Amino acid sequence: MSANLSAIFYLVSGVLFILALRGLSSPETSRQGNLFGILGMIIAITVTFVSIGNFSFGFIYVLIFLLVGGLVGTFIAYKIPMTAMPELVAGFHSFVGLAAVFVAISAFLSPQAFNLGSPGDIKLASLIEMSIGAVIGAITFSGSIIAFLKLRGIMSGSPITFKGQHYINLLLGLSILVLIFYLCKTQSDSTFWRIIGISFLLGILLIIPIGGADMPVVISMLNSYSGWAAAGIGFTLENSALIITGALVGSSGAILSYIMCKGMNRSFFNVIMGGFGGTDQTSPSKNKDQKPVKIGNAEDAAFLMKNASSVIIVPGYGMAVAQAQHALREMVDTLKKNGIKVSYAIHPVAGRMPGHMNVLLAEANVPYDEVFELEEINNDFANTDVAFVIGANDVTNPAAKTDPQSPIYGMPVLDVEKCKSVLFVKRSLSPGYAGVDNELFYRDNTLMLFADAKKMTEEIIKNFN
Amino acid sequence: MEIDPFIFRLSIFILSIFIGYYVVWSVTPSLHTPLMSVTNAISSVIIVGAIIAGSSGDVENIFNTSSIFGFLAIFLAAINIFGGFLVTQRMLQMYKKNNKNK
Repeated sequence: MSANLSAIFYLVSGVLFILALRGLSSPETSRQGNLFGILGMIIAITVTFVSIGNFSFGFIYVLIFLLVGGLVGTFIAYKIPMTAMPELVAGFHSFVGLAAVFVAISAFLSPQAFNLGSPGDIKLASLIEMSIGAVIGAITFSGSIIAFLKLRGIMSGSPITFKGQHYINLLLGLSILVLIFYLCKTQSDSTFWRIIGISFLLGILLIIPIGGADMPVVISMLNSYSGWAAAGIGFTLENSALIITGALVGSSGAILSYIMCKGMNRSFFNVIMGGFGGTDQTSPSKNKDQKPVKIGNAEDAAFLMKNASSVIIVPGYGMAVAQAQHALREMVDTLKKNGIKVSYAIHPVAGRMPGHMNVLLAEANVPYDEVFELEEINNDFANTDVAFVIGANDVTNPAAKTDPQSPIYGMPVLDVEKCKSVLFVKRSLSPGYAGVDNELFYRDNTLMLFADAKKMTEEIIKNFN
Repeated sequence: MEIDPFIFRLSIFILSIFIGYYVVWSVTPSLHTPLMSVTNAISSVIIVGAIIAGSSGDVENIFNTSSIFGFLAIFLAAINIFGGFLVTQRMLQMYKKNNKNK
């Protein structure tokens, strides 16, 4: 196949990828969009096979690795529980990053296979491009591994900080730049390995200071990085499908990071610097014991909701941890049978990744037109009888509106306190990830239900009858 | 003077960033998780580079250092492609509208 013809096919697959993302503008078109994406991928892979032509013996191994990887991927895709999506996405990011590093290494070792020159005499532009791809890929890889470990709970979610952290990162970043410059002059293998090694280290150091509650931003950011890494490799390989995809994914991740930061009213820079959450949890929790809290049980909750005419459910990360989404749907079904109007309110940063709550509710067969975003539903709380807050905390804290001293001041919150009564399903009175006490707990119209989210919901269902 | 082909690739890149910007802003927030998993899948189109790398060995030496890295990259990217698209499809199939009750 001529180079021009294959370039046109790569362009076609790039366009199909654009359509894949475009389809996600509504759930109805999204499935078709995904098929466009698959088609684009098939075209890209087929064109690559055809354009290589003389495969000799390597071909069979290419196929074997492709199929084994495909089987592993298929297995994961069908086995993974929806609550584990944040970890899965972080894991997938790390694979993209590492694949970018491997392709860059391969291109560096045998540039002739990619028409980039010969070993030790690689075109200057290609050398810069592959270094950029390798650096961003390596940072994506090791950063995503840390994010994965934190999300999986293998590593503590609390931020790891030490003195001079940011200077060390800056120093590492600068040394990467110097080494790339040096690499361009000498084309030495050892320099290339050093660049990759330092980038791995930098990826780890960039993510460890960021706390568990900021994971939505981290995942989005790594999503963006994986795109830029792919684009860097795309420039090296002079492949428009990769360049287009890299740019799409890069900007997608950047926009998601922006939305997440806005949902927390924090600047991107502030999140990256890390150290937020989990540090000063002791000070606000000391004086809370004096304040009275109304504690209820499943019977009270069932009574309140049965006598309401409208209920808004506010799910949070606690619902995901307890896997309470199915029980919750059952509870809502019973309420709806009794003629009670029920809707769901989702805060942009609820959960551990963008859109996490929506997927869990969809899994539990909650129709997506009953699920509303913050701006859509926030005015409805004033006309609602009961807010049922299940596993959420900081996103309902009125201190964000009233207390300029609060660390979460200015963050958009759900106005649950405007409801006639508020039910809080929570394990304990402990503050949320922001380490801020929630004054809502101590209000007269708030009833605290201390239990595991799933068990409590099941109890409430029993008490309906 | 002839224009370096790099400039054309750069143009594609910059314009694609803008396309990505507008397309992603139109994605509904409830589909942000599938958006991430599908971007994962499509960025694994990096497999085209991995395939070239994997087939760079010759008859006597199929497994040279460079092709081994290629094979590993094929493996990783293939996990992502199949896993990414299929898990996205699985998620999207769960999004249903409420037709019957209303």
